[in-house]
Amino acid sequence: METREFAPGPLVQKTGQLYDNPEKKVEKIKLTIDGREIEADKGMSVLEAARLAGIEIPSLCYLRHINEIGSCRVCLVEVEINGARVLQASCVYPATDGLVVHASSPRVRRVRRTMVELLLSDHHRECTTCIRNLNCELQNIADNLGIRNIKFTGEMKALQVQNENSFIVRDYNKCIKCRRCEAICSKVQEVNVYSALNRGYDTVIAPAFMQDLSQVACITCGQCVIACPTASLTEKECIESVWEALEDPDKYVVVQSAPSIQVTLGEVFGYPVGTVVTGKLVAALRRLGFDKVFATDFTADLTIMEEANELLERLEGRGKLPLLSSCSPGWVKFAEHFYPEFLENLSTCKSPHEMFGALTKTYFAEKEGIDPKKIVVVAIMPCTAKKFEASRPEMGTGEFKDVDWVLTTRELARMIRQSGINFHDLPHEDYDTPMGIASGAGAIFGSTGGVIEAAVRTAYYLTSGQEMDLVDYEELRGFSGLKEVWVELKGRRIKVAIAHGTGNARVLMDRLKAGEQFDYVEIMACPGGCVGGGGQPIFGTREHKEISLDYRHNRADALDRIDYSKELRRAHENPAVKKIYEEFLGRPLSNISRKLLHTYYTPRGKLPGFNFGGIKGSHAGHVKENIVRSHTT
Amino acid sequence: MKVQSIEDLKAVKEEYLPLIKQRLGHRNGLGSTQVMVCSGTACTSAASQDLRNGLQLEIERHGLKENVKVFKTGCFGFCQNGPIVMVHPGEVFYCNVKPEDAKEIVETHLMGGQVVERLLYRNVDNQVAQRMEDIHFFQAQTRIVLHNCGVINPEEIGEYIARDGYMALAEVIQKNNPREVIEAIKRSGLRGRGGAGFPTGRKWEMAAAQDVRPKYVLCNADEGDPGAFMDRSILEGDPHSVIEAMAVAGYCIGASQGYIYVRAEYPIAVKRLEIAIEQAREKGLLGKNLFGSSFDFDLGLRFGAGAFVCGEETALIHSVMGQRGEPRPRPPYPAQEGLWGKPTLINNVETYANIPAILRNGWEWYQGQGTAGSKGSKVFSLAGKINNTGLIEVPMGTTLRTIIFDIGGGIPGGKKFKAVQTGGPSGGCIPEKYLDMPIDYESLKEIGSMMGSGGMIVMNEDNCMVDIARFYLEFTQDESCGRCTPCRVGTKRLLETLKRITEGNGEIEDLELLEELSFDIRDASLCGLGQTAPNPVISTMRYFKDEYLAHIKDKNCPAGVCKELLNFVVDEEKCAACGICAKDCAAGAITGKPGEAYRIDPDKCSRCAACAAKCPKKAITRGPRKEEIINGNQGIRPGTVSPENRAAL
Repeated sequence: METREFAPGPLVQKTGQLYDNPEKKVEKIKLTIDGREIEADKGMSVLEAARLAGIEIPSLCYLRHINEIGSCRVCLVEVEINGARVLQASCVYPATDGLVVHASSPRVRRVRRTMVELLLSDHHRECTTCIRNLNCELQNIADNLGIRNIKFTGEMKALQVQNENSFIVRDYNKCIKCRRCEAICSKVQEVNVYSALNRGYDTVIAPAFMQDLSQVACITCGQCVIACPTASLTEKECIESVWEALEDPDKYVVVQSAPSIQVTLGEVFGYPVGTVVTGKLVAALRRLGFDKVFATDFTADLTIMEEANELLERLEGRGKLPLLSSCSPGWVKFAEHFYPEFLENLSTCKSPHEMFGALTKTYFAEKEGIDPKKIVVVAIMPCTAKKFEASRPEMGTGEFKDVDWVLTTRELARMIRQSGINFHDLPHEDYDTPMGIASGAGAIFGSTGGVIEAAVRTAYYLTSGQEMDLVDYEELRGFSGLKEVWVELKGRRIKVAIAHGTGNARVLMDRLKAGEQFDYVEIMACPGGCVGGGGQPIFGTREHKEISLDYRHNRADALDRIDYSKELRRAHENPAVKKIYEEFLGRPLSNISRKLLHTYYTPRGKLPGFNFGGIKGSHAGHVKENIVRSHTT
Repeated sequence: MKVQSIEDLKAVKEEYLPLIKQRLGHRNGLGSTQVMVCSGTACTSAASQDLRNGLQLEIERHGLKENVKVFKTGCFGFCQNGPIVMVHPGEVFYCNVKPEDAKEIVETHLMGGQVVERLLYRNVDNQVAQRMEDIHFFQAQTRIVLHNCGVINPEEIGEYIARDGYMALAEVIQKNNPREVIEAIKRSGLRGRGGAGFPTGRKWEMAAAQDVRPKYVLCNADEGDPGAFMDRSILEGDPHSVIEAMAVAGYCIGASQGYIYVRAEYPIAVKRLEIAIEQAREKGLLGKNLFGSSFDFDLGLRFGAGAFVCGEETALIHSVMGQRGEPRPRPPYPAQEGLWGKPTLINNVETYANIPAILRNGWEWYQGQGTAGSKGSKVFSLAGKINNTGLIEVPMGTTLRTIIFDIGGGIPGGKKFKAVQTGGPSGGCIPEKYLDMPIDYESLKEIGSMMGSGGMIVMNEDNCMVDIARFYLEFTQDESCGRCTPCRVGTKRLLETLKRITEGNGEIEDLELLEELSFDIRDASLCGLGQTAPNPVISTMRYFKDEYLAHIKDKNCPAGVCKELLNFVVDEEKCAACGICAKDCAAGAITGKPGEAYRIDPDKCSRCAACAAKCPKKAITRGPRKEEIINGNQGIRPGTVSPENRAAL
């Protein structure tokens, strides 16, 4: 197997810069901060240098390598320039040799305080009832600075909270204009939903014309939610609906948890990043009152069976190549908006949690003798895009939706807290059968490269009839923004590409557009895959003052550990999967599996919510139709 | 014909020189007559175009077409008295000329040889001034930057060349020593005329030192200060001086492309620039291989949509690139990373306009003008409560008194001077006690204002200084890009506090809040807009604190401007009960009947002051709201009715 990383094009730089390159040799410099001489790398900002030395400078708008714009002015420090002490934003001021910095002088403290007070004077301070209470960077900074009253009074924004859509809520009244959402959306995801509108005090960071996110080309990935330091961007909560279902004696509530939840949920309860808490997760779900606790990993295995077969079918000339993976709904929506010409290339497989929902209300209901109308399927997902996906009209049979409610990791954690469960004291429990049985292949779905690796494991078996010795295709893993690999299948070399983060997806898709040949492409909308999903825990606590993307490595490593620890590491070895084909589906790509497990896509255009009156665009028809359809749910 | 060498350029010069010589008063000029009509924005809006057409028609009608030529020219600066017409030979300077005066000028002056005396300017001493130099307004001025305005036709490149235009560029290219040119500019002491006063030569040096290619030359023509029109007038009157300077800059730093970022609200300037660039290209003074060398330089125009913040260099660069006009932190400076991330030299219009003069006359000459730290001259636009609104150019170090009283003609209506605001919304209000201070970059800064781009707004006793501070804050808050916290929210809170004070709801603690917040905004803001936005507050609080106190403690606006603090009352003793006031009151606030003094209902009164103006007995006066409260007697000031009025009643 040959591996080649795309080099040195814009793309490696794009994601490469999210992570430090430990091998890079850098020149060292010395500077003085608060009388302490510290060493730093040349090219670092004063803020980075200070943090490296353990000196904490508060910041709000700063997001390392993503948003370095020096606009919140909270990280101001005094810098000595020609004998004068000048205030500079430390996040953008270069650390240079011999620089003298005062990071906590009385003047710095006073001005910093003024800045935070000004922000607070225009911030809806409803901390006690706020979704980000105790997990809010603004709250932390205010506390650290000891702000007890706010000198400034005056107009406060009173804009309508936008929550018409099924995935993300925008509360402009809590926005502090740090523009991290804008930066992550435009620089990392390259979706460009947000920009600054208006001027002066009236400035808002919003989609064009302050449209709701459902009306613009938002891919619902939720990276903006992860980036937001306050509760200005949050997931659309549906905890109450789930409680209602659980309390209803007539309902049979089935829960499934996505592979990555078992490696991230622990973080919310104080476990180190990368701790596997599968057993406690299952125990918690059971204590919350779910009738069955299943794993989406199971249908991930099933997805592999379907998708591997679909790949082979297309390699035989039936269907378009390259086959594009479809298990990341953010990516799917990205393709619908920006690359509608490739929709036929997308795998028709529904994403695993939708397959799960469809099978629960058919196969499982039949097997257990439960009226499918009484079944409520709840999915615990690392993702806000899954919320949108579940609301797609095509994700159901018309009679019922495949998945009724999608909860993010964060919402699950809140439910656990609400019910008074002490997470630390929970025992380790196992998933219910049969839909809780999964191979290691299902688990690695949760990080970039996992889908292809799992599919290749199975496709190799399907074509050669033998198992591959080397089960770990390490070349397919890792966090490089874009990878391409040659894989030997049935005596044929197939070219595989993997991208994560839609910014990288854009580069790859443009190469496809330019005519480059690939056979199989995996794209995950979020950087790092599901471990970096928009529904994952947010670090805004005192301990984690800035959001960093490095933790995604640790989460992905944990998923790999789950894979290694499994006896079964190939999807086709999963006995429950074998059984479901025997008992219900027949074979992969059978008529019934096509009906339940596969879907179709809709071109959406780049400006879906805009009515340009007389202008007739090629997507105009689609656009209107889509709006209607996306609202019918 | 393309100009390929200095000789070619000189040939063009010779061709146009006679015209120019005559306009400068040399008798050995032409035999014919030239009529120069100002076509700057102010004169154009006063119908100078109709006037020019009228003159042309009259001239043709009288068959003078061969001997009399009418030309457009740039701003003379005497905008208050426009449209201006100048007739050569004789340099007869006509003011306030209306289209209907065309006939008289043609028949009396051009045909009859008699100067139309009624169209001549009269100085304060009523002395008739026939020529520019007889007018006090021009006497204290030195025209370096404006030396072509009013002399040449800005739409004819040949006339600019006849004034030694493009000679500096030709020599720079011929000598092929960019370092020497930069050195000359450094030594001249020229500092940025856009506001901050950064040494221009050092900027050029920084841009020249960068290894990255391509580089760009930018011109900041996004003049945004309220009441400022220096750059506009230069572009309208002498566009080639800027083009030539930009080409010189391009040669010195190694750039072959430049852009002028000009406000779309300056249609005449835009048009003149378009014409000028086109003519320069035709002459080969822009484009490839200038003066036969390997140096290429071309210019493009980029239009600003009127955002004040786009005058900030990094915001301007964003705007040129088609992005939202928002500044970014420096370093890196534009000279290091500017337009499209490349080294970029950015100077203001007036700065560029100084360059050809410096290179023509030598840095020693330039350095000899002005003060120790500020060399050369400065163009100011005079506006506000001043007799001669207009554009002036004076040597650095001229006193405010000379500018306001000698050149500007003082305050109209015999009112008392109160303050002058320099530097626009970023500057401060300077009180009377500094009138005799020579002004330059340092001295203005010292007294809490700044040079800025050269706007000067004069205020008299009728201006309320708290209201002025509020006005400027309203402007900066509106124009803040909203990027950084202190400017976005801080100026809003400043403005709200000022509003509270002007509405009579101020508390004494507000003064401390204003002061502290002002200093924090100044220290903490990302760009110059925010850093200087509190200046009007700081300076008015420094020099006019009594007015703040009057608003807060006495709920009184001494200048009678802040409406919420005003109360119009009828003086019972003077009121003749004629009812004229009630008839004129649009708000229906005045009631009364014959035999009784009329009353003004303060709740209905909109404080328009129409009643006070109409009252034949001058019985309605405006006073502080305080009285209303003390007397508890709304709308009337009680007194013994005078016998005269009693009779009337």
